[in-house]
Amino acid sequence: MAETNKVLDVAGVSKRFGANEVLSDVSLQVDKGETVCVLGPSGSGKSTLLRCINWLERPDAGQIYLNGERVGINNAGIVMGDRDLSKIRTRIGMVFQHFALWPHLTVLQNLMEAPVQVQRRPKAEVRDEALALLAKVGLSEKCDAFPARLSGGQKQRVGVARALAMRPDLLLFDEPTSALDPELVGEVLVVMRELAHEGMTMVIVTHEMAFARDAATRVLFLDRGKAVETGSPEKFFSNPETERARQFIQRYAGDVAGGRR
Amino acid sequence: MIHDFGIVWSERSLLLSGLANTAILSALSAIAALLLGFLVTPALMSKRPAIFGLARLFVDGMRCVPFLLFAYIIYYGLPSLGLRLDNWSSGLAALIIYNTAYMAEILRGAWAVQPREPIEAGIAFGFSELKLFRRIILPPLLLSAGPVIGNQMIQIVKDSAFLTIIALPELTHAASSIQSRHYIPFAAFITAVFLYWGLCLVIEAGISSIGRVAEARR
Repeated sequence: MAETNKVLDVAGVSKRFGANEVLSDVSLQVDKGETVCVLGPSGSGKSTLLRCINWLERPDAGQIYLNGERVGINNAGIVMGDRDLSKIRTRIGMVFQHFALWPHLTVLQNLMEAPVQVQRRPKAEVRDEALALLAKVGLSEKCDAFPARLSGGQKQRVGVARALAMRPDLLLFDEPTSALDPELVGEVLVVMRELAHEGMTMVIVTHEMAFARDAATRVLFLDRGKAVETGSPEKFFSNPETERARQFIQRYAGDVAGGRR
Repeated sequence: MIHDFGIVWSERSLLLSGLANTAILSALSAIAALLLGFLVTPALMSKRPAIFGLARLFVDGMRCVPFLLFAYIIYYGLPSLGLRLDNWSSGLAALIIYNTAYMAEILRGAWAVQPREPIEAGIAFGFSELKLFRRIILPPLLLSAGPVIGNQMIQIVKDSAFLTIIALPELTHAASSIQSRHYIPFAAFITAVFLYWGLCLVIEAGISSIGRVAEARR
């Protein structure tokens, strides 16, 4: 690990479910402050790649490093115990497709739960930070509401704030807008754009092509479990190297040109 | 008739101690059955055929045995196998074992319909094992299963009346001693019915307060 600003290093990760090879030898490096959008047709392994990064799925082969530290396998070369795995997971924030908020807790409690219970940080400090994060995503007035009382867009903004409350080194987004009504997508993308601007390191699985084109520092195109192409969004969208990518972009062309923001 | 109720009133200390015993029996066995239910439920959801099969056999078997018969077996049947329990231990054991099966089945049902993602979020945010269960899985589970668990508690209160046959001094036992002493069956038994009803009202109040908490989160 010579480069100190490399936050994430995924090296040759493979994963199969039964006979189905979902990821095959996928590599991805992410520097500090980068926003990498993972694109590809459904079933191409995007979500599985994301879930392998924090070991929600256990990769069959390959290595994952977070800031130079191996995820999932300890120094002795064996699979980490729950405690070590939990410790490294607290440094990787995750935003879920269906929000995955904890229904029995209020919005503010959702933000405070893991920092207080898992990271064992002082409650008062966590609370102040959580309130500031809610202000940032524009939901200060909802802090005492339960998730069930929020719209989808509001839920997802809470989801982002909850991940940020852990002060993660890396933020993973698993199709954060695909469960939302079209008119609610924008409010979540605004928050994500702001994070990209501030230099948060993010890996985002998305179908929002317009967002990928103008907010990503890099895109990774997956097809049938293989990393087919990676590069700057300008190059990827205007001059893709492979026929697969070309077809994929064409299918979503209306989306990019139409500028769904 | 008024006179009969006067006699019941004069025996109130016997009735009240019966009521207290019923309440203690029911509360202890409900709590123990719920806790044991939490141990059986993961077995019911196990992917290992042997563990799943044993748990299923216990739960289905228990649910098909009449409680009265089960209490007979524990109190009268076990001594012939060399295990002799006094009436309190037999009564408690019968209520607990019998209702563990019901609680486990209730919890399994509620667990199976819990959405997977919030639990996964808990894992991704670093919760593990006991803390994941206690902080993330359990609270929504109890909120959704609360009303059904409450119903089962009412069932426990009523089942405890059967324990009069093993001479456990609970409420039904107290009412029948009063009736046999004074020959006032109607007054004695109707009073006991109202006392059971009161106990159930307390449980109902508990259920509806859980319901209100759950409703705010739904």
